[in-house]
Amino acid sequence: MAYSDKVIDHYSNPRNVGTLDKSKKNVGTGLVGAPECGDVMRLQIEVDEATNTITDAKFKTFGCGSAIASSSLATEWLKGKTVDEALAIDNMEIVEELALPPVKIHCSVLAEDAIKSAISDYRVKNGLPALEESKSHH
Amino acid sequence: MLKLPIYLDNNATTPLDPRVLEAMMPYLTEVFGNAASRNHPFGWAAEEAVDYAREQIAGLINCDPKEIIFTSGATESDNLGIKGVFEMYSQKGNHIITATTEHKAVLDTCKHIEKLGGRVTYLPVDAEGLISLADLEAAMTPETILVTIMYGNNETGTIQPIREIAAIAHKHGALFMTDGTQAVGKIPVDVIADGIDLMAFTAHKMYGPKGVGALYVRRKNPRVKVTAQMDGGGHERGMRSGTLNVPGIVGLGKACELCKQEMEADTQRLSAMRDRLERELLTLEESYVNGSREHRLPHVANISFKYVEGEGLMMGVKDLAVSSGSACTSASLEPSYVLKALGLSDDLAHSSLRFGLSRFTTDEQIDYAINHVKEAVTKLREMSPLWEMFKEGIDLNSIEWAEH
Repeated sequence: MAYSDKVIDHYSNPRNVGTLDKSKKNVGTGLVGAPECGDVMRLQIEVDEATNTITDAKFKTFGCGSAIASSSLATEWLKGKTVDEALAIDNMEIVEELALPPVKIHCSVLAEDAIKSAISDYRVKNGLPALEESKSHH
Repeated sequence: MLKLPIYLDNNATTPLDPRVLEAMMPYLTEVFGNAASRNHPFGWAAEEAVDYAREQIAGLINCDPKEIIFTSGATESDNLGIKGVFEMYSQKGNHIITATTEHKAVLDTCKHIEKLGGRVTYLPVDAEGLISLADLEAAMTPETILVTIMYGNNETGTIQPIREIAAIAHKHGALFMTDGTQAVGKIPVDVIADGIDLMAFTAHKMYGPKGVGALYVRRKNPRVKVTAQMDGGGHERGMRSGTLNVPGIVGLGKACELCKQEMEADTQRLSAMRDRLERELLTLEESYVNGSREHRLPHVANISFKYVEGEGLMMGVKDLAVSSGSACTSASLEPSYVLKALGLSDDLAHSSLRFGLSRFTTDEQIDYAINHVKEAVTKLREMSPLWEMFKEGIDLNSIEWAEH
C-alpha cells in the first residue's frame, strides 16, 4: 500500500512520543484499541486548569503507519487548544490532513477516540462527569 | 554499493538464474517449434529439448523422466494431483487427508473436493508446525485414497517427516502426495527413498522462470494415474492437455540441473547466513522463531517481534523485501493461518517477518538486514504503549481492552 508523504513523515519523525505523569490531577490519559485488533493508542494531555488549555500532549501507539501518524498528528493539534476545542476535533479532519485511504479511516477514528478518552479521564479526575461512549464502539 | 531494497522474499519467488535464461533463449527465438509437431525438424528440436529437461528434472528428484507431467506451476500441479486422484480412484474411496498448514492451492482444492462429496481430514500441527504421525494413523480409513502433506512449509520452512508419512499412507493402501514447491531444489528430495507417489513443484522457486511447473506421477509400484483436469490434445500421456511451454520447460530443466550441482554448497552458505541473521535478531528481547528449528529448510527464517505491530514493522523495514504474517490490506486484519495453526496468538502472528534467502543473497545484504530490522523494532517499541507496559511488568491480559 502506498502511504501519503504526510503519513511517512509522521511515521519517520513522530511528534511528541512519550509519557506524561498520569498520577497528576491535570493529566488525562486515553488508552484505546486492543492488541488483537492490531492497534492500541495511548494519548495523554496536560491541562492548564486556569485557562482550560492543553499545554502538552504525548502519545505512544502500537499500530500501522497510519495509526502512528494519526496519533502523532493529534498531539500536534492538541497543544494550545482549549479542552472544548479539542473535543471538536473530528476524525475526518485527520483523514483529510493525512490523505488516509478508506481502509485506514479506522486509525483516525481511534485517534479521535483517544482524544475524547483522555479528556474524559481528565474530567473525571477533576470531578466532572465522563464523556459518552466513543465512536469506534460498534 | 548496496542496492536497496534488498530482496529477501525468495519463498515467494526467486530471481531467474542467468544460466537458466541463457539455456532458455534459443527456445524463445529461433527454436520455436511445437513439441507435438511430429512432421518436421522444428517440432523435433522442441521435443528433444523437452525430453532433455525431463531428464534434468528426473536427475534432481530421482524419478524416471516419463513420470514428469508438465503444468503451469505448483498450483495447477496441486489441483491436478488432488482432483485427478479423487476422480480416478472414486471407486476405492472418497477420503483425503491433509494438514491445516498446507498452501491454499491444496486447502482450497480440498474444499472443492468436499463440495463434490469427498471427505477431507485436516490434521492439526504442533507448536513447531509438525503433524503427529499418531494423528495421521488414527485418521486413516479404508476409504482413504490420498494423503497429501507438504514437504517444506512456505511460511516457516518446517519440514514434515515425509518418509514416515508415506509409510503410513502406504500401509493403509492410500497414495502419498506432497507439495514439494519449497523443498525441491533446496534439499535432497528422492521420490523413491521418500515413498512419494505424486509431487507438485515449480520452476520459479528454484531460480527458474514463472509459469511452468510439474507434477511427478509414479509409474510403477504402484502405477498411479490421475484424471485429466484439462481436456484437449492429450499431451503428457493424456493427463494434461495443452501445447508445452518449451522455453519454460527448458528453464525448469536447467534450474533443476543447477540446483542438483549446487545444492550442497548453497545449503551450507545459506544456512550459515540464515543462522547468523536469526542469532542476531534473537538478541532483541521478546523475539521468537516460528516453526521447527531442527526440521527446517536451510534458507528460511520466520521471526516474531512481540509488542510491535506487523504493518508498522513492514513500513519500518522498507529497505527489505520480506513477507509478514499479517495480511493487513483491509480493515479486517487476518493474521497468517499457518502461524495461527502453530498456536501463535494474533498479535505474535501479526508481528512476524519471513526471511527467504537465495543463491544470490550476500553477507553484506544480511548485515544490512540485521541492522535495519533491529533499528525498526527498537524504534517501534519505544513508540509502543504495549512495550512500555511490558517493561513496567503489567500483564496485558489483565487490561480490559476496548474491542473495536
